[in-house]
Amino acid sequence: MTAPAHSRESHFARGYSLGELMVAAAAREIRNGEWVFVGMRLPLLAFLVAKRVHAPRAVGLYENGVIREDPAPEMLFTMADPPNQRGATFCGQMADVMSLLQQGRVAVGFLGAAEADRHGNLNSTCGSRDGRAVRLPGSGGAGDIACLAQRTVALMAHQPHRLVERVRYVTSPGYGDGADWRRRAGLRAGSGPSAILTTLAVLRFDDAGEAYLASVHPGVTVEEVKRNTGWNLRVAADVAETPAPTPAELAVIREFDPNGFWTRQP
Amino acid sequence: MAHQSKLVSLSEAVALHVPSGASILMGAAMEQMIPFSASHEIIRQNRRDLTLIGPISDVLFDQLIGAGCASRVHAAWVGNVSAGVAYNLRRAMEQGTPRPVEFTDYTNFTIALALHAAALGVPFLPTRSTLGSEVLARNPNLVEFRSPVSEETLVAVRALAPDVAVLHVQRADEYGNAHVWGGLGVAIDGARAAKKVIVVAEEIVAPEVIASDPNRTLIPGILVEAVVHDPWGAHPSPVQGCYGRDHKFFSEYHDRSRSTEDFDTWLKEFVSGVKDRAEYMAKLGDERRHALEVKEHAPTAPADFGY
Repeated sequence: MTAPAHSRESHFARGYSLGELMVAAAAREIRNGEWVFVGMRLPLLAFLVAKRVHAPRAVGLYENGVIREDPAPEMLFTMADPPNQRGATFCGQMADVMSLLQQGRVAVGFLGAAEADRHGNLNSTCGSRDGRAVRLPGSGGAGDIACLAQRTVALMAHQPHRLVERVRYVTSPGYGDGADWRRRAGLRAGSGPSAILTTLAVLRFDDAGEAYLASVHPGVTVEEVKRNTGWNLRVAADVAETPAPTPAELAVIREFDPNGFWTRQP
Repeated sequence: MAHQSKLVSLSEAVALHVPSGASILMGAAMEQMIPFSASHEIIRQNRRDLTLIGPISDVLFDQLIGAGCASRVHAAWVGNVSAGVAYNLRRAMEQGTPRPVEFTDYTNFTIALALHAAALGVPFLPTRSTLGSEVLARNPNLVEFRSPVSEETLVAVRALAPDVAVLHVQRADEYGNAHVWGGLGVAIDGARAAKKVIVVAEEIVAPEVIASDPNRTLIPGILVEAVVHDPWGAHPSPVQGCYGRDHKFFSEYHDRSRSTEDFDTWLKEFVSGVKDRAEYMAKLGDERRHALEVKEHAPTAPADFGY
């Protein structure tokens, strides 16, 4: 993930990195007792933080077929790393966990994306650089999570070419073109994006399925967020500052990511 | 037992069962037990025009695409799980080098359902996933329909039966009965869906060992065409109870596949320049291998099949 250099430095000056702030923010999206579709990269760490700090009864579901109630004992690079399979509650096939997702029993799922739009639709399939088409890795489980989880949280870099009026390819549907779209598409009523955690801010969604600015990260201005968003982003009347990671959250993050592979990469 | 041993070398298995033009399932167990030694042998035997099938495969598909072996991909994701994008996939799709690849996009669940449908012997299975997405709009094997038993819109996922599945396992007997554990991804459905199965095992054990725990025999030998004994065959991906994931190897591959020239050098070093997995592991070196070995074994409690 990339962000304007000044904001990265300003986080370091505050005693934590931007990655650590984002992991802590992601962890707080998990409520105690919820079933969580964990996904890959930063959320692997966010789930461990939530389990240890505020949501000890959260259950992690991993699409390789693993269910965990106890957090993995060490750093994870992927969901299939041996520490994530030893001591698991369950190891089976992908369909064994996707079935629970499709039943609507998974409260929250994490996603990454190259592009997001005003209505929370995500693209991780095709991008562009200097006006030329770029092939990205694709959906993985993201499209499934976006369609089937009760709510979703996306993590991504905040740049004007990434937060766009309309994504060029809907890998993972959000609220489509607005209110009632999900129901018309055949998706479960009440499901959909809950937050987009970016390198600058936290966006949330109103009843019409449109994203608004809910909080800015420490050191970031509302103006800066608006300037880096590709549509006229609405701002909450009570726009807040994203809370910094607490000492307890930082302790867990640094225990599981001691070399900063996920949270302190340049 | 009156069975015939199916044990063959990896080069024989590929020569016999993976012809150019075949559709092949690999990377079925997601980030673990990825059959890299088999894909490297496919590259050495210069197979062309393959259709690659799998949920994610980590960098295995990227290597086959960069070596010019593939023409089509049916997958949910092709990249480098811990490091980012797949450069060979990008070159193939953006520039047509070393040759163009046609990518049919799925999601993880819809690939699983496509294989499960083939495993069940039905033409499709319904799902709620992909509704409203571009994946549904562009993949001809995903078709929206009205449920005949309820007032709902669903997606029919067309069955997908690979010509061959290459499945890496912890242990098997010489007849192909295989024990496998950890996250399984789509491996078990894949074994039933494929027309032929090649099992690549870390260890070949006596049939009695496998027969002692039939619930763990997730791939029955009756489905298996060939069994290959190839220790460390999944490196750099992990195999639970055998070795860990070589994270650094994935990062290095990321850097070394950034340009065609660098990728060709990498390919010579680790694939075309070695004759088999034993030579590859020798090149990797003892120190690196030791670092990946299991530090603390954790055997399961045995189940009692007595009566």
